Amino acid sequence: MKLIADTGRCVGAGQCVLTEPRLFDQSEDDGTVIILDDSPEGALVEQARTAVSVCPSQALSLQE
Amino acid sequence: MTTVDQPALEFPMARTCPFEPPAEYRQIRDEEPITKVRIPEGREAWVITKHEHVRQVLNDSRFSSDRQHPDFPSLVPGLRPATQNVEISLIGMDAPVHTRARREVVGEFTVRRIEALRPRIQQIVDDSIDLMIAGPQPADLVQALSLPVPSLVICEMLGVPYADHEFFQAQTAKMVNRLVDQATRRAAFDSVREYMDELIARKEIDPPDDLLGRQIVKLRAEGTYRRAALVSLGFLLLLAGHETTANMISLGTLVLLRNPDQLAALRSGAGSTLEAVEEMLRYFTIVDTATARLCVEDAEIGGVPIRAGEGVLALGYAANRDPVAFPDPDAFDIERGARHHVAFGFGPHQCLGQNLARMELQIVFDTLFSRLPGLKLAADVDDLPFKGDASIYGLYGLPVTW
Repeated sequence: MKLIADTGRCVGAGQCVLTEPRLFDQSEDDGTVIILDDSPEGALVEQARTAVSVCPSQALSLQE
Repeated sequence: MTTVDQPALEFPMARTCPFEPPAEYRQIRDEEPITKVRIPEGREAWVITKHEHVRQVLNDSRFSSDRQHPDFPSLVPGLRPATQNVEISLIGMDAPVHTRARREVVGEFTVRRIEALRPRIQQIVDDSIDLMIAGPQPADLVQALSLPVPSLVICEMLGVPYADHEFFQAQTAKMVNRLVDQATRRAAFDSVREYMDELIARKEIDPPDDLLGRQIVKLRAEGTYRRAALVSLGFLLLLAGHETTANMISLGTLVLLRNPDQLAALRSGAGSTLEAVEEMLRYFTIVDTATARLCVEDAEIGGVPIRAGEGVLALGYAANRDPVAFPDPDAFDIERGARHHVAFGFGPHQCLGQNLARMELQIVFDTLFSRLPGLKLAADVDDLPFKGDASIYGLYGLPVTW
C-alpha cells in the first residue's frame, strides 16, 4: 500500500494533518502536504483512507 | 433552456424551523436533485442538493468562482455592483491565479501554526467568560462571548486594532444582511476597504510581525507586492473571521443546551469536543449559499447537462442533510464522526480559516461548560432572534443564566 500526494492539486486545507499527524505534515511556506510515511500499516491504513476521502482537492490517493 | 414548464421555485427559501434547512431542500433532493430555481436578480440558476454532486461541482474547474462576471449567480442584490471595480479577493479567483494567491497566505493557517495560537485563544476565552460572570444575569452570550472571541483572535492575527471592532462589526453585519438597501451595503463595503487601505499603508512603513505585515515582507521579497491585493485579502479575512465563528458559538451552545444527554457525555469526557464541533458545523451549515459558481464550460452533473453561462448553487446545507452521506441526517449526534461534511465548502476554495475556527469552537465549548455547569437558556427557543435575514445564519442574541 502506497500513499501518494499530488502537491500541485493540494490547497493546504490541512484536513489530512488534522486526520493523522503521524502520516502528514504541511509545508511552513505554502501549506502544501508533506507525506511523513508513504507506506502506512495497521491502524494507520484506516486513517490514510479517511484523509483521502476528506481531502477537499482530492490531492491524495492510495495505491492498494 | 430548461425542460420543466412549471415556474421555477424562488430562491433563497426561508428556514421555517431554526434547526432545519428550508423544507423545499429535502423535496428537491428527493425528487429532482439538480433543478432550476429563480434567484433574486430575476434570472435562473441550478441548485445542486446531493452531497456527491455538491463535492463534484466544487472540485471541477468548469465551475468558476468569478463573482464579478455579469452572469455569476448573486443572491444578494447589489453585492456585485458593490464589488465591481475593486481588486478581486481569493473567493472570486479561479486557478491558476487562485492557486498562487492562496499559497502565499495558507502557510499562516496550517494546523501547526493554528495550534501555536492555542494558549492565547484560551486566554481570550477565559477573559471573556470572566467578564460575563462579573456582569448581571441574564447575560447575552452573543455580546459576551460569540462576538468578542473570534473578533479578538482575528484582530490579533491580522494586526488590526481591536479598539476599532465596533466599527467593523457594524459594517460587516450590514454586508451580510440581505434586507439592507444597496447604497447602505455599498457604503459598508467602501468604509471597511478604506479602513483596511489606511491600516496597510501604515504597516508598509515598518512592517510589523503580524499576518498583514508578514505578507508585505514576503510579497515585497518576491517582487509581487501590491497594496490593493493585500487590502482585498485583509478585508476577506476580517469579514470571514467575524461573521462565521461567532454564529457557530451561539448556535453550538444552543444545540448543546437542547441536548443535555450529549452535553453530559462531553462534560464527562466520554465524547470528543472536536467531533461535536464537526457535527455542529454539519447540522447548521451557516454559510449554505456561499458556494455559488458559474458554469464556464458545458458539463454534466448527475446526468443533467449544465451549459456554459448558467449559474449553479451548490447547497451545502442540502448536501449535509443528504441521507446517502449521513444516515438519519436530521438527528444531532456528536458521535457521528461527520468529517466529510461540506460546511467549510469543498475543492480549492475550502475555508482557509477552518482549523482556526475548529480550535476556537473547541476551546469555547470546553471552557464554557466546565466553568458554568449550570448554564441555561433564559428565553424560549421560539422567542430567540434567529438571523433569517442574513446570508450567514446565526443568532442576534442568546440570553443565558448560570
